[in-house]
Amino acid sequence: MTDQITGAQSLVRSLEHAGVEVVFGIPGGAILPAYDPLMDSQQVRHILTRHEQGAGHAAEGYAQATGRVGVCMATSGPGATNLVTPIADAYMDSVPMVAITGQVPSASIGTDAFQEADIRGITMPITKHNFLVTKPAEIPAAIAAAFHIAGTGRPGPVLVDIAKDALQARTDFVWPESIDLPGYRPVTRPHAKQVREAARMIVDSKRPVLYVGGGIIKSRAHAELLRLAELTGIPVTTTLMARGAFPDSHPLHLGMPGMHGTVAAVGALQKSDLLICLGARFDDRVTGKLESFAPDAAVIHADIDPAEISKNRTADIPIVGDAREVITDLIVALQAEFDSGRAGDYAEWSALLDHMKTTYPLGYDLPTDGTLSPQYVIQRLGQMAGPEAIYAAGVGQHQMWAAQFINYEIPGTWLNSGGAGTMGYSVPAAMGAKVGRPDATVWSIDGDGCFQMTNQELATCTINDIPIKVAVINNSSLGMVRQWQTLFYESRYSNTDLHSHRIPDFVKLADAYGCHGLRCESPEEVDATIEKAMALNDAPVVVDFVVNKDAMVWPMVAAGTSNDDIKYARDLAPRWDRED
Amino acid sequence: MTTRHTLSVLVEDQPGVLARISALFSRRGFNIESLAVGQTELAGISRITIVVAVDDLPLEQVTKQLNKLVNVLKIVELEPEGAVARELVLVKVKVEPDLRRQVIDIAEVFRAKVVDVAVDTVTLEVTGSRDKTEALLKLLEPYGIKELAQSGIVAIGRGPRSISDRSLRPADRTA
Repeated sequence: MTDQITGAQSLVRSLEHAGVEVVFGIPGGAILPAYDPLMDSQQVRHILTRHEQGAGHAAEGYAQATGRVGVCMATSGPGATNLVTPIADAYMDSVPMVAITGQVPSASIGTDAFQEADIRGITMPITKHNFLVTKPAEIPAAIAAAFHIAGTGRPGPVLVDIAKDALQARTDFVWPESIDLPGYRPVTRPHAKQVREAARMIVDSKRPVLYVGGGIIKSRAHAELLRLAELTGIPVTTTLMARGAFPDSHPLHLGMPGMHGTVAAVGALQKSDLLICLGARFDDRVTGKLESFAPDAAVIHADIDPAEISKNRTADIPIVGDAREVITDLIVALQAEFDSGRAGDYAEWSALLDHMKTTYPLGYDLPTDGTLSPQYVIQRLGQMAGPEAIYAAGVGQHQMWAAQFINYEIPGTWLNSGGAGTMGYSVPAAMGAKVGRPDATVWSIDGDGCFQMTNQELATCTINDIPIKVAVINNSSLGMVRQWQTLFYESRYSNTDLHSHRIPDFVKLADAYGCHGLRCESPEEVDATIEKAMALNDAPVVVDFVVNKDAMVWPMVAAGTSNDDIKYARDLAPRWDRED
Repeated sequence: MTTRHTLSVLVEDQPGVLARISALFSRRGFNIESLAVGQTELAGISRITIVVAVDDLPLEQVTKQLNKLVNVLKIVELEPEGAVARELVLVKVKVEPDLRRQVIDIAEVFRAKVVDVAVDTVTLEVTGSRDKTEALLKLLEPYGIKELAQSGIVAIGRGPRSISDRSLRPADRTA
């Protein structure tokens, strides 16, 4: 305590105290002082990425695969602004992340100095909180608070911007014993009366559905959810962010709801008389046109963020709390109802939903011209890599197919950019996941459009021995946009043809990055190619799956329309009710 | 129904807190009618009084979002009947010397003070509710208002209770 250290040393020591094992980042002028002591840290590994966006998504992938706070670092100005997309992404998907940026010296702040950007101002609406630190003594408290805020309550990104002179000046290191944030006290313990009300409502309902979101995964409530579903026999639908929160193999699982959800999941919500929403947020991609969403349903809405409750859909029973604590208490309250002879009877409801499930399973048509079906590739990949593998998707058609045709059994094995829809998320997120879970097989399932936004991180993977596997679902198009052009713009394909069957050559690109490059163009080669990719573990693998470009994602609820207008396939509406 | 709401927000006196709050309002599409910031009896804690015209439901949403800001300690909506709300207005009226007496008479009715006189202007200071200040300004308009400065509304609850003394106790915070 007597020896003074630099602010930069204080920062590194603070990261060590916060338990950080890895930082993804790129140095530059303003953050340079921090990189010197970072080199000596025995605990904190720094992985030099090729773009700050890659560092940010890697921190996200690390966080989503491990449940720990991910950390990224960048310099001032453009370094910091390159982090904006991953920060916004982490904010939308409630990913715990701390971003550390260098800032120009405090005397220069506000003067339009070289590489100056007001990153605190820029990130105000996309961070849970952010700090500008100009005094070296404030560094440990800011870092401690940042990790606390990022990782507790509803998780999210926190940015700490540190002026260069604060990193250079000498200071005493004092790690705060407690964190003093009088304005930040997330409520995790649910209100007992609300939980009892909810239990009563559940046993009185005839057509209940558990509509669960990413909050289940964040609060590690999957075991409790399974118990709740099995105790009550209530069917479960898992949102895009909750894939893996409830086993896909479970008979009570209806699949994913929403724009590209299963007919059974969408139908269950529309026909329900009680939605039990746990850690989900009634996103527009789930509800479709809000006015006609689940028209007959009462709503129990439990969320750790009070601002989500009754934001889009008014809750009849609002419950503020951590999903795991809510479910645990709800099970007790339901048991009490059962003990007093009151239990719900959902037999008729279950039969209707089972009928929907068997009549309208997820499926796809194989192309008639012998070209490769993207859905088939993704399905086989899921079957061969298995539920223990981690899958990180980009954004678009391949993302939806990966959500639909891979069976998820374990939380934390499905990573994607759900809320923000960030193309380019996949490769760096897979990299971060592999760093956090080195023993797991990590597959990036990417589109050819997405892949070209962030594939420079393959260099990072090769050099740092992070052997991820990338399946490029190459339809030579911005596929999801093309699908909308097919459906809503009379097949006028304005600027969606990427020509990526020709340029670039992904196999050569892989080779250039020191990865194994494989190509697969016909259905017969799929299994052998995946097997080969699985066997190569000495370097990253990139597989160019050259697929049919006309494949579309079904079912679909067109944007802004009612869930009642879901199409099972083009011009094919399901019949909700049993015909008899 | 769109009605006028007065929010009293206790915040930590940190740089950027006003930016966070005003950004939150503008992002959600709410127009702030009036905003006043000042220190409280507690060191390091400021009070922001915000008047906003908005429906009840979006107001609840914006209040919840405000509560999520780490530097925001407490938010209370002050109901008109349960609070005293005042605004300070400084108004410079264009008036020829022969009509000056009329303006001063009007000022006296409203208990406004003459704080500055020039050859052809009179500057008045008036404190009161928005109804009162608006009524005064309406009467002064025919003479010609050369310049107007308003403080924004500050408000405080009636009765013995104080919102700030209880705000730092954890049990009071639900969000």
